[in-house]
Amino acid sequence: MCQECGCGKAAEYAVDGVPQKGGSRLVRLDAPIPITHTHDGHEHTHEHDHEHPHTHALDLQVGVLDKNARLAERNRGYFHGKDVLAVNVLSSPGSGKTALIERMIAELDGKRGVGVIVGDLETDNDAQRLRRAGAQAVQVTTGTVCHLDAEMVARAAEKLDFADVGLLLIENVGNLVCPAAYDLGEDLRAVLLSVTEGEDKPLKYPTIFKSAHVVIVNKIDIAEAVGFQRELALDNIRRVAPQAAIFELSARTGEGIDAWWEYLERCLRSMDEPHGAP
Amino acid sequence: MHELGIVEDALEIAFEHARRVDAERIHRVTMRIGAISGVAPDALRFAFDVATRETMAEGSAFEVELVPVRCRCVECESEFAPDGLFYECPACRTLSADILAGREIELTSLEVS
Ligand SMILES: Nc1nc2c(ncn2[C@@H]2O[C@H](COP(=O)(O)OP(=O)(O)OP(=O)(O)O)[C@@H](O)[C@H]2O)c(=O)[nH]1
Ligand SMILES: [Zn+2]
Ligand SMILES: [Zn+2]
Ligand SMILES: [Zn+2]
Ligand SMILES: [Zn+2]
Repeated sequence: MCQECGCGKAAEYAVDGVPQKGGSRLVRLDAPIPITHTHDGHEHTHEHDHEHPHTHALDLQVGVLDKNARLAERNRGYFHGKDVLAVNVLSSPGSGKTALIERMIAELDGKRGVGVIVGDLETDNDAQRLRRAGAQAVQVTTGTVCHLDAEMVARAAEKLDFADVGLLLIENVGNLVCPAAYDLGEDLRAVLLSVTEGEDKPLKYPTIFKSAHVVIVNKIDIAEAVGFQRELALDNIRRVAPQAAIFELSARTGEGIDAWWEYLERCLRSMDEPHGAP
Repeated sequence: MHELGIVEDALEIAFEHARRVDAERIHRVTMRIGAISGVAPDALRFAFDVATRETMAEGSAFEVELVPVRCRCVECESEFAPDGLFYECPACRTLSADILAGREIELTSLEVS
């Protein structure tokens, strides 16, 4: 079973406490993929009417996450249509996703409406924290599932009033493995690494770092106290994820946050251009 | 990671296709898994045995084809198979993030009757 977290598939999850079962109205399998099969030296599509005591090879070549990918594209189109920049925030538990989002809400101070979709296994503590900070927040409780997927985001997005939202922050479930494979329809993927986690995280979880547009080194206010080897960490990030922009900041004190803001504002400005992601 | 979820999704697709050809049993399932897909083949195998219990695929053979990483160099445009975690172009030493293969999570084929 799942080595990291024991998760199964997203059969049942809740959006703001309301259980969501089955497919959403946004989720439908596309037209059937035509099937050909070969046996006994002939090839044909079914329906045929000869008897089959023998076995058939069905050649499929389908991506298991294709359905998620289609939904993610749909989400992306929806967000762009609403002029919203969507940021998927990923990290290990406790590295400061909620704290960073709280700080961003506080600094924006209503100048640009923030919507937040928060994924968590059980509680809705984070959504409550974020509502107190002044954002519209929707909590997805995923139950046993260790990542958000595009369907959950679509369902949660239905609860947000986008008339007031220019920036959508999606706090993924705290986990550096499973969320990497799921496109949610975001423009930007920001992976957080806090100074208490060790400089070798990018080497242990290269897949998620390789998928990041942005890597944020958080909690720099306590870097010295925990003996954080900054150069080593930055070098590991640069070598594993040469595509990523790197920011070093403290969600607690706000130190270093300006550069991150400038980057985000550039992304927000380029929303009018064909594609928002830098 | 979420290998059980991945297997359940793959089996859902497999059952759908098997039903469409009126098959009663699935005898073999083949998947292609990229080296940096985040899916661990051993965990996938274990999950497969769990998830196929009491289904039309129970007892079926499960084959995983591993897809190695391939990159394109943004500087010199050569294609290469990286060695290790850092995707350094062997020709010009540029680090690459242009990944051509290695992220696959694919259901490739079924054998049914
Ligand atoms: N010193 C310091 N502490 C921080 C900083 N950012 C977050 N923290 C603290 O780290 C702890 C975890 O922060 P959260 O924001 O809840 O982390 P998270 O990533 O949202 O955690 P999960 O939602 O459980 O995955 C809290 O006690 C925060 O106050 C920071 O920049 N500096
Ligand atoms: Zn036939
Ligand atoms: Zn949180
Ligand atoms: Zn998982
Ligand atoms: Zn090169």
